[in-house]
Formats: sequence, structure tokens, C-alpha cells
Amino acid sequence: MMKLPAYASPLERIWHYTYLVICVLIFIFLIAPIIIIVPLSFNAEPYFTFTEGMLSFDPAAYSMRWYADILRNGMAAPDAPIDTNWFADMWNNAQWIRAMRNSFFVAICTTVLATALGTLAALGLSRPEMPFRSAITGLLISPMIVPLVITATGMFFFYSDIGLAKTYLGIILAHTTLGIPFVIITVTATLVGFDNSLIRASQSLGADGWTTFRKVIMPLILPGMISGALFAFVTSLDEIVTVLFLADVEQRTIPRQMWSGIREQISPTILAVATILVVISIALLTTVELLRRRSERLRGMAPQ
Amino acid sequence: MWVYTGGEQTTMADITANQAVTGPLIAADGTPLKRKLAQTTRRARMRALLLTAPLVLFLLVSFVFPIGQMLYQSAHNPSFGDVLPNTARALAEWEGDGVPGEEMFAILAADLKQAREDRSIGRAATRVNYELPGSRSLFTRTVRNIGKVEAAPYKEALIEINEKWDDPILWATLKRVSNDYTASFYLAAVDRKYDADGSIVMQDEKRQIYVQLFWRTLWLSALITFLCFLLAYPVSYMLSVLPLRYSNLLMILVLLPFWTSLLVRTTAWIAMLQSEGVVNDLLVWTSVLDDDNRAQMIYNRTGTIVAMTHILLPFMILPLYSVMKTIPPSYMRAARSLGANSFTAFRRVYFPQTIPGIAAGTLLVFILAIGYYITPALVGGQDGQLISNLIAFHMQRSLNWSLAAALGGILLVGVLVLYWVYNKLVGIDKLKFG
Amino acid sequence: MKIGLKTAIAAAVAATLGTAAMAEGSLTVVSWGGAYTKSQVEAYHKPFIAKTGVQIKSEDYNGGIAEIKAQVEAGNVTWDIVDVELSDAVRACDEGLVYPIDHSILPPAPDGTAATDDFLPGTLHECAVANIVWSTIYAYDSSKMADGPKTMADFFDLEKFPGKRGMRKSPKANLEFALIADGVDPADVYEVLGTPEGVDRAFAKLDTIKDQVVWWEAGAQPPQLLADGEVAMTTAYNGRIFNAVAAEGKPFEIVWDGQIWDLDLWIIPKGAPNKDAALEFLKFSTDTQRLADQAKWIAYGPARQSSAPLVGKYNDGKIDMGPQMPTAEENLKRAVQNDFEFWADNQDQLNERFNAWLAG
Repeated sequence: MMKLPAYASPLERIWHYTYLVICVLIFIFLIAPIIIIVPLSFNAEPYFTFTEGMLSFDPAAYSMRWYADILRNGMAAPDAPIDTNWFADMWNNAQWIRAMRNSFFVAICTTVLATALGTLAALGLSRPEMPFRSAITGLLISPMIVPLVITATGMFFFYSDIGLAKTYLGIILAHTTLGIPFVIITVTATLVGFDNSLIRASQSLGADGWTTFRKVIMPLILPGMISGALFAFVTSLDEIVTVLFLADVEQRTIPRQMWSGIREQISPTILAVATILVVISIALLTTVELLRRRSERLRGMAPQ
Repeated sequence: MWVYTGGEQTTMADITANQAVTGPLIAADGTPLKRKLAQTTRRARMRALLLTAPLVLFLLVSFVFPIGQMLYQSAHNPSFGDVLPNTARALAEWEGDGVPGEEMFAILAADLKQAREDRSIGRAATRVNYELPGSRSLFTRTVRNIGKVEAAPYKEALIEINEKWDDPILWATLKRVSNDYTASFYLAAVDRKYDADGSIVMQDEKRQIYVQLFWRTLWLSALITFLCFLLAYPVSYMLSVLPLRYSNLLMILVLLPFWTSLLVRTTAWIAMLQSEGVVNDLLVWTSVLDDDNRAQMIYNRTGTIVAMTHILLPFMILPLYSVMKTIPPSYMRAARSLGANSFTAFRRVYFPQTIPGIAAGTLLVFILAIGYYITPALVGGQDGQLISNLIAFHMQRSLNWSLAAALGGILLVGVLVLYWVYNKLVGIDKLKFG
Repeated sequence: MKIGLKTAIAAAVAATLGTAAMAEGSLTVVSWGGAYTKSQVEAYHKPFIAKTGVQIKSEDYNGGIAEIKAQVEAGNVTWDIVDVELSDAVRACDEGLVYPIDHSILPPAPDGTAATDDFLPGTLHECAVANIVWSTIYAYDSSKMADGPKTMADFFDLEKFPGKRGMRKSPKANLEFALIADGVDPADVYEVLGTPEGVDRAFAKLDTIKDQVVWWEAGAQPPQLLADGEVAMTTAYNGRIFNAVAAEGKPFEIVWDGQIWDLDLWIIPKGAPNKDAALEFLKFSTDTQRLADQAKWIAYGPARQSSAPLVGKYNDGKIDMGPQMPTAEENLKRAVQNDFEFWADNQDQLNERFNAWLAG
């Protein structure tokens, strides 16, 4: 991997290896907490720690009970025979399932809205003629910077006034606001180095604005749009502060459900949910990474 | 070039023709070229603006206006004037010395009767209680007994109900709160208050908390930023010099935490650090610690610092990495060949070139840290709370919304100043993820 | 203009969302969650649904009137009836957030005694009707402490009883406990606490154990803290400890000395979508039998005198509930009733001081 130059002094050699050890430790610090919850979520005991059985890989020390608990918690009749009624019960009553449905519904609506508005604005921002560019960019990115408590407080008052608090629409609007900076940033990044003569070429060949967008601009910025959309999706999926202020029990999302779980009684069920979320993030991360490479390839910026 | 930009089909031939006839440049439709160019540029600018307009409008309505409205509450609290309107008006005209006369008490009694009808005295009482603790019950009790007061002299009757009505300090306070616009909440947010004479004094020493909390927020954020820097620098360097094959793999270790839910990471740290947690178990197992003396690493300041450093670390690594990647390794080799030892080469050649990345990462992490709420609330215990937690407390528990707004206003100004600095130094459009 | 704009937006929003009207024939009942809500579901909700056919949606919250205030002020009320502490009921009433309740509609006792005479003194409020008496006590794990603590002073005695203490993260109850432990007679607690010296004295007493305290916020936490061995003893709501003992067989012991008892009451937020059904529910749930039934599920005392003789055993048919109640004579010997007016007057400044003390 990292090669030492042949002329390195002994002191440099020692430092080099110390440096490698330090880096490994930092990587462990970064990743260990996320990895460690995965086996713990299969704990057969209601503890947050490795039991002796787990360490000796005794199959009896592992179980899926906390995953089952995700489905059963809150059900009217969790012990009924598993048939269509049981599934209907689970779908309608299980707390975590309801939270997941809410989370995904809100996140998908947010993603669509944030991506549409954000892409449009990013197109405007990256035009060379754009006036007040830096001020407007500053405004559009600011939801990411302003402390969430302040944003949520402001929204709480205003949305209460106009009847949007305690509604899905209110939460979707709040999350869209928070997701927009990510869309702006990623889409603007793909537009950097965008060759504007392509647009003029398309226009001179008789394409109208919409066709130009669809056939020329869109394919080039698509990777940026998709990463932006994924960022918006993840932001919404992960967002808790505005949900704390704006949501009713009806609109409880996964993070909201985790929040009450952590504050009251942390059961390994939360670890099971966390593990599922980690798997989702891995999937999303992989998608974004593949998109980035595709985008680089398309624009002839292959990795060295 | 310009002929294509607006989509107007003007050709070079037209221009030459026009020029030949009139001298100054004229566009195809006869307008002078200069004006034409200005028109086209304006149109292009309008078009760019129009593209951003929907989003700007959206943010103005969903984000800027709500925050502005909230900040307005920090200086505008009409609860007293709403509930006791005539008293408030009379108090505004009253010169404010000692205890007012019968006339004022008559107006007050009438207002209190109305408040009894409307069941609204609580709002006014709460407002006065912020300024003069203990006076809430004065209002609620008086209102409960106001039915008995039927005729003049009202002053005696009210003082009969509660002798506090004869207190000049109370009346000085009432005069102050009768004004809808007030600086009291900003004063309270910096541990100050009005005394009986209306001059600004420090809050009672045992109730001073907000200044201390602002300092602690700044200091903890600075510490967390510094820790992030310490951890990010070596890792970013390694990522930037490794061949892309390896660095892409290692980058996943940075990006995975970045993409993982905040609550998942906070939960993970609870599982790691609690007294029956993984780290303590490990320390006991390796006999570093006694089973009875497990270290308390969470639900206190340590918990906040560790968890927040972990959560914010990717925000430091990514900008550092993107700057380091652009530094050619040949610079270091050149320095070495010119006789610098490796430390000097690093200090004089490499490090200065990474400063833009350090500035970007540091500012970003610091800005995000001072507004943090969730992680301190979950793992901070009592001494790991930040100012955001107190804002939430006043919003959701004590219901002192004006104070929450004032604290939020101060925090917001701080963040916006830093944001402005960031934009000047780094440029907000340089922000990138992944 | 500002109002005009807001009204316009609100109207547009209402038009697109449809009005916030709840489904006909359903009722949203809001309470504190956990074992407590379960006891209400068993004793009130189920028989009410059986009798009237009205569906009940049960929601949990963590106390306080912030939520009610927000709903009422936004004119978007979704809660029909809410279980609150006395101080919150009084505050909500003073601020006009809840409907007044006509006490004459409450059902009389089985022997015909009018409701106004049957309810314990102080449990009927102009806007609220009490259902239970609950108490803040402290408890310890008897399997870990053979000769356990007996008095409030023992809770603060780290030499005799070493180990961590759990306490609620709020000045309420803690200041009273500190004074009682410091030798103040329970009857004089609020008088002493009303003076600056008294407050200093309470904080000085809390100072003696500050390093050893683990702070909790939700009622479900203290039994958990005891069970995990995180603390040696903890303040808690008596019903939660009782349920850990009765339902899960935990070896916890309650110390009643210096208990601070308080009421939980029903209130109906102004603008509740199903006000009539909420009133029906309120009448139904506060009748003599229902209140006595609830005691089968949790150790909170009924607010009606006529319910006391009907209180029998816990739902397992073994534990006698009478002595488990905060209102049992034995338990009331050195008890304090929470003074809602003291807290309404002083909570802002005491909260600030408490927060400053915690942070220091």
C-alpha cells in the first residue's frame, strides 16, 4: 500500500508504522459502533452486551426475537395464528410498522418535491448570467446550517397558525426544506464544467426548451439529481427534530419511535431497527457511489 | 457569439449591412446593438432568476418567514395587553411612581372581571410572573375573588383580597409588561433583568445559567472541532496518497457512518459506552477496570463529546481529503531533495497547502456542532447539554416561548456570522459530499 | 394584512386537506403510557367501548400542557380528553385552554351520595375531574439491601446506604424531599420552601448527593434503573414500582416516608372534536365502580370515597391493593400533598435555578 521511500531513516520508519496504527485506530473508531450493533441485535437476552454464549458462537445465544418484536409490538393479537388477519393486524397496528410506513411515505414525497425544486434552482444558479448568485446560494443552503431547533421552533409556530402542524403535509414541507440544500449541492456539482455550448447546439438544431432539457441536460445531470434525491431521502428518513415539534402520534416516524425508545427503555428492538437502517444506508451508499463513477465516466473523467 | 444567446436569429451579414449604413452597431430590428445586448442579457438573467424563483419563494414561506415570525416573538409579547387591555392603556399613560390611585384600580377591576369571563387571566399572570416570580397566584387568586368586588373603592377592595396590590415594585413591573414590545427576554437570555427602578442588573447569581451555557456550547463545539481535526487529518492524508483502488475501499468506512442515521449512531454509542456496555466489558475483561468500578462514559459530557466527534468526523474528512488530493506528491519530494527533513518538509510545504481544507472542515463542523440538539439530549446527562437543549426545554416544557425565541435569536446570529465567514473564506458552492 | 395572509393560507390548507374532523364515533384519549395507560384501557376503555360502541384511540404523552396549548391556539385540536397533573389542569384552566365541567352531571355514588360530596376534597376542579391519587416515593431493591432504608433522611445518607440514586430531572418533588430529609416537618415543607433560605437549604441538601445522582425523565425509567442495578435507590411513581413488583416479580420495596401525593385529572381541550363523547367518557370513567376497577391494575388510589371499600385485589387475585395505595392510612403518616399553587408561582425561577445547579 503506502510505500516508504528507500531513503527513509529509522526514525521515519518508526513514525511510519505508528502512523499506520493511528490510522487503523481511527478507522476502527469510525466504523466499530456501527458494526457492533449488528450482532448485538441478534442477542437472545435483553442486554446490550455480548453474552458468553455469543462469544463462543453458541447458536442458542442468538435469536431473531427482536426482529419479531418489531413486527409484534403494538399488535392487537400478536400471538394469534399467522394468517391474513395476523398480517392485517401487523400492518395496521404494529408501532414500528406504522412508523416505517410513515417514514417512507414522508421521505418519498419529500424526495420528489425537493428534487424537482432543487434541480430547477440549481439549473438557474449555474447559468453564467445568474444575478446575486452568492446571496441566493447562501439562502438556499442555509436550511442545512441553521440549527434545527431554531428551524423547528419557527415552523412549529407558523405551521400551527396555518393549520399545517400535525399533518403529513406539514412534515413533508419541513423535510423538503431541509433536503433542498443537498439537492442543490449535488446537482450544482454535476453542472460544474457543464458545456453550455451543448445547449446552444441543441437550440440551433431547433429543439425547444423542454426538449433541450429532456434530451441534453437531463441525461448529463441525472447522476447528480439521483444522488441529490437520495440525500433528500436519507435526510427525511433520519430527521427527528422537526418531527418532534410538528408530528402527532399519527405521523410518528422511525426516528421518532427510536427517540422515545431510547429515552424510556432501550430494548434490543431498537438495535434491530438500527441494523435494518444500516443495511438501507449501505444500499443507498452503494447506489450513490456507482452513480458517481458513471458520471465521471460519462464526462470522460475516468479515475486515474 | 452573442447572436445565439437570446435565440434571436441575427446574422453576421445583417450586422455588417447595418453598420455600413448608419455607423453605430444596429441589430436586425433596428435597435442599437448596445441596447439589444443589454436586453438579451437582462432576459437571460431573468430566465436564470425565474428558474430559482419557485424554490426561493418556497423557502421564504416555509423557512425564512417562520423563523422571522419566531424571532419577532422574542421582542413582542402581548399577553398582558391582550388580557387586560384597558389596564395596559392606563398604565402606559401613568407616570409610574409608587402605587396608582383609585382610577387605575377601577379599570383593573373591570378588566379582571372580563378576564374571569374569558378565562384568560393565566396568560397575563404568566407574563408578569416571568418578571416578578411569585406574582402568578396574585392574579389567579384575585380573579377568583373578583366577583365579591362590586363597587368602589376598588383600591381598598383589591388590597383587601391581597396586600401585594399595594406594592410599588409590582406596579413598576406591571407598567413594564404593559408594553407589548420588550427587551426582557433578551436580557433574561444573557442572565440579566430589570430591577425595581428599571435599570438593567445581573440576574440572581444562583439563577444565572444561559451565559454559562452559551460559553459551554462554544467551548465544547471548539473541542469537538479540534478532536475532529486531529482524527481527520491523518486519515484524509492516507486516503489522498493511496492508489484509488484502496482509497475508494477505505472511503466507504468514512461514508458509511455519514450515511447512517444519526439516531442509529447515537444508539450505537449508548451500546458501546454504557456501564454494562461493550467498552466497559472489554476493559473489565482485560482487567484494566474492576467489575465494581466501571467507568461512567455516557450520560455525561464525555458521552456528548465522543458521540458528536464521531457524528461530525466525516464533515471534516471530506473537505480535507478533497484539498489534499490536489496537492502533488512531487512537492514533498522536492522539499526533501532540497535538504529539508521530513518534519520540516511537512511543516513548511505540505501543511500550508492544506489550510483551505482545514478552514472549510473546521468551520463546517463548528457551525453544525453549536446547533446540536439530539445527541446531547440523548447521551449528555446533565453536564453535557448544549444551548439548543435549553431552547427545546423552554419550547416544550416551561412554555416560555419568548425566552426560547430570544435564546434562538442569539444562537442564530452567531451561526449566521460564522456562515458568512465560511462563505467569504471557502465559498458555499465548494461544499461537496462523497 | 398579516392576519389576512395567514387566514388565506389556512383556508387553502384546510380546503386541500379536508377539515380535521375525526371519524364519527371515535374518541382520542390521551394519557401517560406504559402500565398506567394499560390500567385505564382495562378499567375504562374496554367497558366503555362495549357499552357505547364508540371506538377509542389511545395516545401517550409525557405530561405538560405545551401540546394542548399548541393545538388550541392553532385551532387544530385532535385530542378529546387528556389525563393531566393537577398543576397543569389549573394552568390550562387559567389560560382558557379547556372547557369548564359542570360537576352536577357526574354520577352519584351507589348509595345516592351526590358526586360533589363523594369525591375526596380538592379533587373536583372547575375544569377538571380527578380520577386517581398518585404519589412520588422512593424505592430500593431489597435483594441487594437486606436492612433497607426507612426514612427520607436515609435516601440522602450516602454513608449508611452507599450507591447511586435515581431522581427525576426536575425541581418538583426533589426540593420537598430534600427539606424533609433535612428535618423539616412534612406539614411545613411549602412554608419553608417559600423563603429564599428554604430554597437554599433544599439545594444544599441536594448538593450532598449530587455526584451520585442519575437523573430520569420518563416514568418508565426508574424501575428500569433499579432492575439494571444502575442505582441503589430511586425516586419513582408508586404505581410503576408496584407494577414491577406485582407483574414482573421484581424485589423492590417502597419507602412511603415523606411521599408527595398528587392528583391526575381528566380535562377536555377547548375545541375537542368529540366533546360530547368525551363528556360521556368522563362520566363513565369516574363512576364508583370504574375507579375501583382501575385499582386492580395499578396501585393508584381512586378519587372517590365510595370506591375505597370496593378496592379488592390485584388482577392476579393475590395482592391486596388497599395497603398499596398512597391514600392508605399507614402510608399517609408523613406525607405531603403537592402544592400546585406554589409550583405555578415558582416553577419558572426554580426551574432556572435547578438547571443552573445541574450545569454547575
